[in-house]
Amino acid sequence: MTALLKVESLTKYFSAKSNSIFGANSGKVKAVDGISFEIAEGETLGLVGESGCGKTTAGRTLLRLLEPTAGTITYEGEDVTKLSRKALHDFRSKMQIIFQDPYSSLNPRHTIGKIIAAPFEIQNVTPPRGVKNAVQEVMERVGLNPEHYNRYPHEFSGGQRQRIGIARAIALRPKFIVADEPVSALDVSIQAQVINLLDDLQSEFKMSFLFIAHDLSVVQHISDRVAVMYLGKIMELAPTVDLYANPRHPYTKALLSAVPIPDPKLERSRERIILKGDLPSPINPPTGCVFSTRCWKAQDICRSTAPQLLQVGNSSVACHFPE
Amino acid sequence: MSKLLEIKNLKVSFPTDDGDVKAVDGIDLTLNSGETVAIVGESGSGKTVTSLSILGLHNRASTNLSGEILVTTQAGVVDVVSAAEQDVRSIRGKNAAMIFQDPMSSLHPYYSITNQLSEAYRIHNKVSKQAAHNRSVEMLELVGIPEPAKRAKEFPHQFSGGMRQRVMIAMALINNPKILIADEPTTALDVTVQAQILLLLRDLQKEFKMGILLITHDLGVVAEVADRVNVMYAGKVVESGSVEDIYYQPAAPYTMGLLSSIPSVYGKGTGKLSAIPGQPPSLINLPKGCGFEPRCTLKHLVTGANCVTDKPNLIEDSAGHFARCHLDLETRKIEGKKVAAKGVK
Repeated sequence: MTALLKVESLTKYFSAKSNSIFGANSGKVKAVDGISFEIAEGETLGLVGESGCGKTTAGRTLLRLLEPTAGTITYEGEDVTKLSRKALHDFRSKMQIIFQDPYSSLNPRHTIGKIIAAPFEIQNVTPPRGVKNAVQEVMERVGLNPEHYNRYPHEFSGGQRQRIGIARAIALRPKFIVADEPVSALDVSIQAQVINLLDDLQSEFKMSFLFIAHDLSVVQHISDRVAVMYLGKIMELAPTVDLYANPRHPYTKALLSAVPIPDPKLERSRERIILKGDLPSPINPPTGCVFSTRCWKAQDICRSTAPQLLQVGNSSVACHFPE
Repeated sequence: MSKLLEIKNLKVSFPTDDGDVKAVDGIDLTLNSGETVAIVGESGSGKTVTSLSILGLHNRASTNLSGEILVTTQAGVVDVVSAAEQDVRSIRGKNAAMIFQDPMSSLHPYYSITNQLSEAYRIHNKVSKQAAHNRSVEMLELVGIPEPAKRAKEFPHQFSGGMRQRVMIAMALINNPKILIADEPTTALDVTVQAQILLLLRDLQKEFKMGILLITHDLGVVAEVADRVNVMYAGKVVESGSVEDIYYQPAAPYTMGLLSSIPSVYGKGTGKLSAIPGQPPSLINLPKGCGFEPRCTLKHLVTGANCVTDKPNLIEDSAGHFARCHLDLETRKIEGKKVAAKGVK
């Protein structure tokens, strides 16, 4: 498999403005701090982490919805970070995004037909049998009734709205989709429907996904490989099977251990790792390894030198003392 | 174990222009000291409305309420449904307290932490401000806030999400209530913080012999902490039993569907998830018969009853295990075993 997308040392800092009247504070929020990965054609890379770890910023920076501070994003051999405004506009038809919140990501004043037709209009694409036909085809494909073409978003439930968001994202048949927490706002029974739909669409259209989520069980279900982020950095990147069966990074281990298992006997009999404290501030991340303040294995070297992402077995791990 | 709370045939509906929204449609429930009872269900199943009505927190002018909510107090049993507002107010926070889902919006941003905790304490105890402040600091220490004396004087925005939820727990427990209602206490939190909070609740429960009514949609959390479970769907309890009954011998098709649709980190990963088709019914136009009938995948196995027209009753399958379904016991056992045998996916 060839790499469809290659990300190298991607960095995104936001300037943290101080409210002080005594002048600007030069603090920077290091939301994404030098992450590198590849996504192959037809592959799903899961990106997990807790709130504030930078996973959403990473996804948006990839599509240049946010301008990267540094680093390169190569899509089919082309450097996305260098594209002009015009070139980027055309380029957007190849990369799409599905948003987290199906309530705020659809314009309440537009009909579903208009919402899903927007990609065709913006990109000036005229499908062979007309836009309306194409829209209705894609509606049918994601499990919406094509007759609901003239309805408004408020007439749909959360799960159906997420299907509308998916229809809009796949309308132009992009080869790469960033799915930013696409099921976290949905109930479990509906969540399963949407995950199955994404699975089907991927095998049908051979799309690649960057699947961003905080729910480790959903990520495991859908991903080929998984990257674990903490405070703007990738801690571990491994094939799904290896990551879940044999986590190498202490943070991955703790994260997996914190997920409750829906089986009372199993759940109550297992040993759990409970991390102390909260995520440190990304304005002032710890020196050395960013996880060192909460890690039970931390030594002096962890507090002074940041570990590189290195190959251990099948996994890449950024840790001085991998498991 | 003593009985702390008993709900009998509680019905809550909200009149609207389109008709009555039947949020809770006749539920029964008991909570004993030292035990954790979970109410599980999806959005709109009526679980939060149930918990709010226990504390009389609904708007009385726009809510129709019937049935009984019996809360045991030092002065005897009080029925929240028929009691006067001032009697309910004396229960609220003292006998039964609540922690809410969203720790970001349930603390007042203008007041310091000690101010908010002290207020909750002084409503039920005639003490000086200083004594109430001391009590607040003591509570913050109990819930694991570092440097409680210093942090007490700070404001909510200076606390992280997990810390705010600890403050909410401190506030709820400041009057030593016997009943703690936890409405999705960890839903807004990250998993590593969720694990901390669940551990804290369990320790506090042991220490104070509280009964916890846990409202959640997360079957993983339920498996971790609950003793008994009530599964709600469209305003009704569709299954109720011990946590083992629910997970290893589910008897209602909805519970079976719910259990099969969750992916798990310990599962085999790939393969289709078995989703429940369709979506929950409108609470204004509930189906005439069984509320789950339009989505049920086992209804073709029913004999002797009509799921479309006949409402099923909550029937005791085995000791303490109830299910609301027309399927005969034998078929339910076989289907339940199938779901449980698949284990965690």
